[in-house]
Amino acid sequence: MKTLFDKIWDSHVVTRIDDGPDQLYIDRHYCHEVTSPQAFSGLRERGLKVFRPERTYCSPDHNIPTHDQDKPIADPVSRKAVDTLRENASANGLTHYGLGHDLNGIIHVIGPEQGLTLPGYTIVCGDSHTSTHGAVGAVAFGIGTSEVEMVLATQCILQPKPHTMRINVNGTLRPGVSAKDVALYIISRLGTDGATGYFVEYAGDAIRSLTMEGRMTLCNMSIEMGARGGMVGPDAMTVEYIRGRANAPQGADFDRSAAGWLALATDPGATFDREVTFDASDIGIRVTYGTNPGMGMDLDSTIPDPATESDAKALEYMQFSPGQPIAGTKVDYVFLGSCTNGRIEDFREFARIVKGRRRHPDVTAWLVPGSRAVMKQIVAEGLDCVLADAGFELRQPGCSACLAMNDDRIPSGKLCVSTSNRNFEGRQGPGARTILASPATAAAAAVTGIITNHLKLQ
Amino acid sequence: MAKQKFGTITSTCVPLPVENIDTDQIIPARFLRSTTREGFGRNLFRDWRYDENDNPRPGFPLNDPRYDGACILVAGKNFGCGSSREHAAWAIADYGFRAVISTFFADIHRNNELNSFVLPVVVSETFLTELFSSITADPATEVRIDLPSQTVTNLATGRREKFEINSYKKQCLLEGLDDIEYLMAHREDIEQYERNHGNNL
Repeated sequence: MKTLFDKIWDSHVVTRIDDGPDQLYIDRHYCHEVTSPQAFSGLRERGLKVFRPERTYCSPDHNIPTHDQDKPIADPVSRKAVDTLRENASANGLTHYGLGHDLNGIIHVIGPEQGLTLPGYTIVCGDSHTSTHGAVGAVAFGIGTSEVEMVLATQCILQPKPHTMRINVNGTLRPGVSAKDVALYIISRLGTDGATGYFVEYAGDAIRSLTMEGRMTLCNMSIEMGARGGMVGPDAMTVEYIRGRANAPQGADFDRSAAGWLALATDPGATFDREVTFDASDIGIRVTYGTNPGMGMDLDSTIPDPATESDAKALEYMQFSPGQPIAGTKVDYVFLGSCTNGRIEDFREFARIVKGRRRHPDVTAWLVPGSRAVMKQIVAEGLDCVLADAGFELRQPGCSACLAMNDDRIPSGKLCVSTSNRNFEGRQGPGARTILASPATAAAAAVTGIITNHLKLQ
Repeated sequence: MAKQKFGTITSTCVPLPVENIDTDQIIPARFLRSTTREGFGRNLFRDWRYDENDNPRPGFPLNDPRYDGACILVAGKNFGCGSSREHAAWAIADYGFRAVISTFFADIHRNNELNSFVLPVVVSETFLTELFSSITADPATEVRIDLPSQTVTNLATGRREKFEINSYKKQCLLEGLDDIEYLMAHREDIEQYERNHGNNL
């Protein structure tokens, strides 16, 4: 009797080092321009080439502007980072979805979308949000640049095997509660280090009821409670999601693969090192109020008293006082996008709420699709017209305001309701104040200019 | 990154008694655009260390001359959470730190420190609290970290603890070897694995 995680991990161990890490074979490796250049130079200095080029896919996403992508990048440092990825990919024969390419986008959005991410795979990328890919039932986790170099050189990394943890969310989610609310709820209950050292499997009716996009949102944020990764067991929905995707197996191959994927599910009776259970009916619409993703609250409640000095420092940074309701707080910026909430479903949800309303004149809204394919789908469904009628403009794909590496930065002191994953001090720009929330909550803030329960708009 | 061998160090410390220090604080994203590993030390803790006009903030420990020359950083629990950027470990190493002491490290950052030849030392809460007090009482407080015996000692009080590190990584640090050297020596095992498992692409 084995867990989903153990089945995948154990079948990828090449050698075990006594009182040391496992040598793990990596099926799929993703590269972006921020964490890979030093790995490629390391490889060159050792006189090596990429060992298995067909297993690595590259896409620049962090540094790219979200406008005028047909023109050269104005910032010379960003341009060099993006050019370096293209040169490294080309020198090593790697697939590269460059700026302006039809398949370009945030690496964690395009992997599942293009069928590059499959159940049963081991997947790594120099990026902590690699956990996103666990939604299909893969062991996917973020690594450092030294480890990127290991994968490029040998298709393996050395990694201590994490402990296993199952998080069950049982019952039915309340109306208006999304995968993002579930993620923010779990993190606030477990804390930012609550799952450090563990690989998480999410289970229970409420998790099964999430769409594939919702499962990606949830797995994406696993790292925010310290987990090495998060995953959901493959089921019929997983199989249907993958069917027909460009790089997925096709025809009889697909049917054979699908049977294998379903068999990966955790065996009944398998045990985890730790198990936590939540009741779906306890989960409300969630927002954060502090400077780490664990500082979360129900949108309709009041800001809690700080428990530690670090919490008090966070409240001071956010300019909030204990006991104050968070609903009604004036909002300056709204950001819809990122590897957490930049998929088609997120844009459908945002459009559903702003349809027939107008953007509040005091709110600057950045709506950034996670990939070119998402952007194309937005247009195909006519959502761009709904958004335009409500006074919203779409930007071009990229990581955008999630991390203030490109031009999209929130000015100091301004408050942003953001669908991204981190509310750390200065994450969206020096002095920027971030409230993490779902696409629906972001939409409600964008049309009212204040933090609002989106159910009250309907 | 220089593959510096680690044996025993005795040094003063820079205290940072804050919990959940994330890698965005250690090195903000806007400084990650360089394509080399060098020079990140000057932006270590950039926004805590300098104000918006790039003037040093006087209260921040890295700007306090009493801690000049220290090569051990001491921080609150859950150090290095958040982004996987190895640049955070490079910034710590480039600034001149050889070791970080805390009660708890985030997984990815811990690996990144080890791969950058910076030693993460996990101590008990009692040890950490006492060490912060020792440093407050006397900024010249020294700590000895002895990797061969896996012990860390607060020389002001004499309190000594054993810390954990797996024997593989310990050997790497003692000898200045990295994981790629191990993996390259096991290329045959990798090819054997591929033959046994077939192509799953």
